Amino acid sequence: MSTNTSTVLPALAEALVSGKIRTIDLTHTLDPDFPVIILPPEFGQCARFRVEEVSRYDERGPAWYWRNFTCNEHTGTHFDAPIHWISGKDLPNASVDSIPVEGFVRAVCVVDCVKEAAADEDFLMTKGFLVAWEAEHGKIPEGCWVLMRTDWSKRSAADYLNLRDDGAHSPGPDASAITFLIEERNVVGFGTECVGTDAGQGGHLSPPYPAHFLLHGAGRYGLQCLANLDQLPPTGALLICPPLKIKNGSGSPLRVLALVEE
Amino acid sequence: MTEAIKRPRRKDPQKRTVLPTLPPTSRSRRALGFSVAAAEGRFVLQKCDDCEAVTYPPREACPKCLSMNLEWRDMPEGGKLIAETTIQTSTNVYFRERTPWRVGTIALDAGIPVLAHIHGDIAEGGRVRMIARTDKSGQGVLMALPEQETENMADDKQLRELTCDPKHRRALITDGRTQLGQAMAKALSAAGASTVFVGVAETWRPFAGADALAAIPNVEVIALDVTDTVSVNELASEIGGKVDILINTAEYVRAGGAMDRDGIVTARDEMEVNYFGPLRLIQAFGPGMRFRGADGVNSACAWVNLLSVYALSNWPAYGSTSASQAAAYSLSQCLRGEFHGSGVKVLNALFGPLEEDWRQHLPPPKVTPEGLAKAVVGALQQGLEELTVGAVADDFLTRWKQDPRVLARELTQPEGA
Repeated sequence: MSTNTSTVLPALAEALVSGKIRTIDLTHTLDPDFPVIILPPEFGQCARFRVEEVSRYDERGPAWYWRNFTCNEHTGTHFDAPIHWISGKDLPNASVDSIPVEGFVRAVCVVDCVKEAAADEDFLMTKGFLVAWEAEHGKIPEGCWVLMRTDWSKRSAADYLNLRDDGAHSPGPDASAITFLIEERNVVGFGTECVGTDAGQGGHLSPPYPAHFLLHGAGRYGLQCLANLDQLPPTGALLICPPLKIKNGSGSPLRVLALVEE
Repeated sequence: MTEAIKRPRRKDPQKRTVLPTLPPTSRSRRALGFSVAAAEGRFVLQKCDDCEAVTYPPREACPKCLSMNLEWRDMPEGGKLIAETTIQTSTNVYFRERTPWRVGTIALDAGIPVLAHIHGDIAEGGRVRMIARTDKSGQGVLMALPEQETENMADDKQLRELTCDPKHRRALITDGRTQLGQAMAKALSAAGASTVFVGVAETWRPFAGADALAAIPNVEVIALDVTDTVSVNELASEIGGKVDILINTAEYVRAGGAMDRDGIVTARDEMEVNYFGPLRLIQAFGPGMRFRGADGVNSACAWVNLLSVYALSNWPAYGSTSASQAAAYSLSQCLRGEFHGSGVKVLNALFGPLEEDWRQHLPPPKVTPEGLAKAVVGALQQGLEELTVGAVADDFLTRWKQDPRVLARELTQPEGA
């Protein structure tokens, strides 16, 4: 390896130590009672997060505490790989273990939809909304992540999923917004605070579940169940979101961090 | 006349909890036939197949003709109390702690005299109705009850030793999200349970009947998910010392066998609820209940498993679910062994197809959740350990007793169930 002549990383390291750059945790705790997406009961369901003690300084292991945990690849704050959706099933390098790692550390734009989501729990973010956002904050840079902020992560568990007899009600993007982000801005991925990248009623849009269908069909990634988006600036932060390296994994729970300059 | 028992006061925290002691436990293998019938609430005596003589106590051979063909047969329940006495002390610790204790001789309508426990409301010379029940040691005993129902009859001290009456007791129903759990809560409350804890998993998912459930008198809705060890242990830490009756209403039922299924995710869900669920509950609540088997009016008394009758023999149409229920059924026997000596009874209620969503396409006759709840509460009030509910389960058990292998053959043929 040649000698590193760049000053960027040493400067970054120094700023992290000095506190000039703060690290924000965008992750919910993996908790057995955290809501997961609910599908019609005839379909397979998302496993909840569970733990079983193997030992706790006891006869099963006198000096150590450790546990088995079980969950789905899409339990808690998690990453969606392109192979998660049928539209991305034939893409190369589309599972969490084969995705190029570059996409896991990228700039992030945070689109504030808090007011709109508070007024309409089925709020759909459109291309027009993004264009208006750009007018204020500048053009979404190529290769970045775009996160939709709704403050949904602050809701109680029941209001978070917001299940009624016609399904879940939560905000999300429509097809025009996702198509715009992929084709005109070439983002690497899209993330939300809600339980999925799509709106609660996203199954009734065209195409059904546009974020899943379009993002993954185009080899882009998803993040959901994010928290603390209210601590991020609209632009200028750095997102760090490497999923677990699971063979042929469709996704994975992960720790999502953001670096923010003070 | 029997005086109504009062709701017990709160326990004196300075008093040591009375530990369970037992009435005599040993029985011959032959005599266990009586205990088996008593667990079902049936009154049987040995009858000689050769000379038709009825005999008691249990014997290896007919005292009249020495035939070995003594078979347990259902007997008429009537009789007359011809002699009685009240025991004031005993060398047996269990009875010593419970004297005075009435016993007497009954001239049975079946033609022989028997010695039995005597209900307080029977006068000498009075007509009686005999019941056979398992006692705290799990063995069958006879008790004479008044022929006609008397006021507060169930509150008789000696009878209450044989029953698991919910009156003044605290019950835990493990899953209140279903109609079955809600019907069970209603029935327990109506039967006089002082508190009915009702577990609800994943409160972030709405469910039908939630408001009505919370409105049932004495119901306390609490967080409980039998698939989550942490949740089960946390609840036991809070209320483990005040669960006198535990009724596991959680079940996971899906149609389909082994070959027709793709993968084991559904089977794992079935095992998580139907087998690991009770196992978690046993580990969390069992030790406390075992310790409290003689803890006064509201002693721990019953563990209730609700099991599909296909736990006894696999029905391939629900083959994978049947296998998980067979595991639970097998575990119930282990539990009986582990509860032995505690006075806590394990009641297995085996039911036929239940009127609920996952069995919607099955033809009648079906068991309604209300019917199952009523049968279970009735069995607790009677002190039974074995119960079948519904015409399908009754018929199934009869065939299983006749020849489990013939039943198995039938089940594996088309239209076999």
